[in-house]
Amino acid sequence: MKTKKVAFLGLCITLAMILSFVESQIPVSVAIPGIKLGLPNLVMTFLLYKVGWKDTVIVSLIRIVLISMLFGNIQTLTFSVAGAIVSLLGMILLKKIDRFSCVAVSVTGGVLHNVGQIIAACLWTQTAQIAFYLPMLLFSGTVAGAVIGLLAGLMLKRFEKWKL
Amino acid sequence: MKKNDWILIAAILAVVLVAFLAVNFFKEDGAYVVVRVDGKEVAKYSLSENGEYPLNGGTNILCIQDGKAYLTSATCPDHLCVNQGKIDQSGETITCLPNRLTVTVYGAETNDVELVG
Repeated sequence: MKTKKVAFLGLCITLAMILSFVESQIPVSVAIPGIKLGLPNLVMTFLLYKVGWKDTVIVSLIRIVLISMLFGNIQTLTFSVAGAIVSLLGMILLKKIDRFSCVAVSVTGGVLHNVGQIIAACLWTQTAQIAFYLPMLLFSGTVAGAVIGLLAGLMLKRFEKWKL
Repeated sequence: MKKNDWILIAAILAVVLVAFLAVNFFKEDGAYVVVRVDGKEVAKYSLSENGEYPLNGGTNILCIQDGKAYLTSATCPDHLCVNQGKIDQSGETITCLPNRLTVTVYGAETNDVELVG
């Protein structure tokens, strides 16, 4: 791996961590656990198009581990990993199909992140009733994912000529 | 954005709409709540009786007032379960993930119920 790439991916991890922190500081007035904008997904969507899926997965997992060590616990780590694995899988697949823009990829990421977390929550508490939140989360995930996807699209345009 | 993007988003929103309609269709006024810890039923409380109940050895306190159930305090740091507010429709659930605890509302007709508390 080239030095420039190592440095760039390091910056991306840092940026994603800052975005996680910023997001955790936004008070959510809606009383449904799991509703969020998914700011770190901006970095992941961007990276997916810019450097490919392998580095994206690495950056995502490192971010999650570091953020959980700093602010979280084993529970937040479990849920983050569950959401990230499901959403990254979906995003990578959708991008491979190559019939969608980054908006759809990001929406898929947002929605699947919520699905992954609900599955984790059901397993964590051994209670299926938690799926009750799913419709609301699917909706919020779609909206949040679309916003993040549009932003990622703008960024990709600005960075079009920039190469690692 | 491509045309396919819109199709995908519309498809997801259609699923959401169907889910919402289904939930609302089967929704009814709740009669009692079931408290589960780690998936096991630990308590049932009637919604028609006002009261305050410590749950799970006191980690969360459940309050039932005017036919609505809500949590008034919790030992977890995020207090998401307290912020989830009041529930009174069947299917509605309050979740406290750190304590692995859920409170779910059930309607009247759901078979024989032996109310505790």
